[in-house]
Amino acid sequence: MANIAEMPDGMGGEGFFATSLGKAVGLARANSIWPLPFATSCCGIEFMATMGANYDLSRFGMERLSFSPRQADLLMVMGTIAKKMGPVLRDVYLQMAEPKWVIAVGACASSGGIFDTYSVLQGIDKIIPVDVYVPGCPPRPEQIIDGIMKIQELVKNEPLRRRNSPEYQHLMEKYHIV
Amino acid sequence: MDNETVLARIEQQQPGAVLHAGPGYDGILNVETTRDKVIELLRLLRDDETLNFHFLTTLNAIHYPEETGRELCIVYHLHNWPQNSRMRVKIYFPIADPHVPTATVLWPTANWMERQEYDFFGVLFDGHPDLRRILNVDDMEVFPMRKEYRLEDATRTDKDDRFFGRDGNVGQKFD
Amino acid sequence: MQVQPFPSQVDSLHGELATLNLGPTHPATHGIFQNVLKMDGEKIVSAEPTIGYIHRAFEKIAERRPFYQITPLTDRMNYCSSPINNMGWHMTVEKLAGIEVPKRAQYMRIILMELARITDHLVCNSVIGVDTGALTGFTYVFQERERIYDMYEEVSGARLTTNIGRIGGMERDFTPAFHKKLKDFLKTFPAKLEEFGRLLERNRIFMDRCIGAGPISAERAMAYGFTGPNLRATGVDYDVRVMEPYSAYNDFDFIVPIGENGDTYDRFMVRQEEMRQSIRLINDAYNNLPEGPYHADVPDYYLPDKPDVYTKMEALIYHFKVVMGEVPIPVGEVYHAVEGGNGELGFYLISDGGRTPYRLHFRRPCFIFYQAYPEMIKGLMLSDAILTMSSMNVIAGELDA
Repeated sequence: MANIAEMPDGMGGEGFFATSLGKAVGLARANSIWPLPFATSCCGIEFMATMGANYDLSRFGMERLSFSPRQADLLMVMGTIAKKMGPVLRDVYLQMAEPKWVIAVGACASSGGIFDTYSVLQGIDKIIPVDVYVPGCPPRPEQIIDGIMKIQELVKNEPLRRRNSPEYQHLMEKYHIV
Repeated sequence: MDNETVLARIEQQQPGAVLHAGPGYDGILNVETTRDKVIELLRLLRDDETLNFHFLTTLNAIHYPEETGRELCIVYHLHNWPQNSRMRVKIYFPIADPHVPTATVLWPTANWMERQEYDFFGVLFDGHPDLRRILNVDDMEVFPMRKEYRLEDATRTDKDDRFFGRDGNVGQKFD
Repeated sequence: MQVQPFPSQVDSLHGELATLNLGPTHPATHGIFQNVLKMDGEKIVSAEPTIGYIHRAFEKIAERRPFYQITPLTDRMNYCSSPINNMGWHMTVEKLAGIEVPKRAQYMRIILMELARITDHLVCNSVIGVDTGALTGFTYVFQERERIYDMYEEVSGARLTTNIGRIGGMERDFTPAFHKKLKDFLKTFPAKLEEFGRLLERNRIFMDRCIGAGPISAERAMAYGFTGPNLRATGVDYDVRVMEPYSAYNDFDFIVPIGENGDTYDRFMVRQEEMRQSIRLINDAYNNLPEGPYHADVPDYYLPDKPDVYTKMEALIYHFKVVMGEVPIPVGEVYHAVEGGNGELGFYLISDGGRTPYRLHFRRPCFIFYQAYPEMIKGLMLSDAILTMSSMNVIAGELDA
């Protein structure tokens, strides 16, 4: 019998299965993420290849790309973010609804990459909190998928009350997000 | 069309417009003129039937900090397609007075090219319809391609310059 | 996208105009640039573009890198067809240093550059299809791009930003696996291209959308500095490969396709035909690939073989000098142009004899022809404007550099 997703721990019987709410919600969220592709440069083309038929990203439940931040869960920042683009990226991040995750794809988004210049933001974690970094210039589609799978792990195991916890508030304050 | 024909024709139509002329390292004719005469010369090069340099390939600026009085240079690259000739027109002017008449009166393509050189070097093009920064952030105060400005952002905090083989005067040091 | 009507700003006799902000993040603008449009209903009255959202200061970086380290920088300009940028840069340095590249290396370069042209045009044409609503062509065509990526990987090790070739030739000869992949590709790709063409070229809906969208006349195009497929769609047959042949292009015979009206349909068809001509060029170059060395004998610029570096004294010294950049390079200025995916990609290099260029200026075709966009979409509807932008193939990396 095909295993679509790993069953969480719980008690089952004839016609019912009992587990904790967090695990059930995590399972649902992890396998149906709606990403927002924020593709700026070369990594965006590798993302298009990842979405293509060869390295299909829709196997992971990410069939529906959302270009509207209001409807997206995962902000995928792919490519160099210049200082001119920084405020735009921050606006897009702020418009997303909780819970939201951020993946920085590529060396430029992680740390500025080979562009150690006056006009390039040296990593998007200067302005928004990042969950997973995928290094590479550009990273192969397999690496991007590995990053996505790590995001899925994070999403699956996130406690339901994390976004209201003091640690998370502290993180938001560090980035001046109220 | 070889370089001598071009120079002879220019001398015939606009005597005295050319200060120096000669082939560059790659054989393309370099013509030096002054900023007062450059638009007239470019108009002649564009409209004359024998010369017919109708296409402005690109224009760029160069900064020579050591040559006082001639610190900035603008190079116009022209191309004549029917006869496949190229040439370059150069003007030099001091950095204290970086005014140059605009070439947008001749070619609309010079619009963004001149904005780019203003953005990078601070060359002020008189008569340009919309001279403002194009690639850098709008509120930048310096002209970053000039030789005295460094490449890296001096305020970045995550890279220690000593490990990048640069002098450690600017930037964070982690001890 | 936000629509904010300004009732107090009556710019024309037609009544109220709406200001629409298109970008910088927008699913239909493939790349990061912003356009503030003033619209009269659905029709566009004026547009004001803002670029620079991915400005990475290439020209400044190039003044601080030795010549062989500038190649990865050129990769990231037009990243859909990186090999063309790389080869253009190598040829510029070879022109400066007076290096003569052997015939075999030149033919190998032609094969890789034409493969790159095919990838660039495949992206552009399939994206025009996507913007009209035809997503299928895009998914088919990206499979072909994967096969070309496999071939790049055989030669250089990288898929997208290839850093392919070296100053003086190529880094290694074609491996047997590359020969097999290229033969398979040449056998099967023409049929796939025709399949893609059958989906769109004579498709009634596609033609109705594209014919008449964003036209420009040949005179205006030349005044705006257009080159490449956008110019050829207006009827002017300027192609750098024919005008100033480089890397043995003059050994080959190929057609330069031109259009009539300079609208989106013409640009699409010109790119389709150019892909067919590229296949013809690759076939000719591959079938006539001469024997010989794959790089010039210039130990000053081309790294010696690694076994020699470990055993012979001069190889060790040359290796050190090349990597440290202590090689003699003439003083002078060079301008070299290649036919990129979007037009004449020019490199103006001024060298002062030092380890790095004194000034390097990139003549980027996307930057130059994007200036004409507001004029091209005046009076059109919004959907035509989106289509015009994707048919011009504006690549953000080349726009901003």
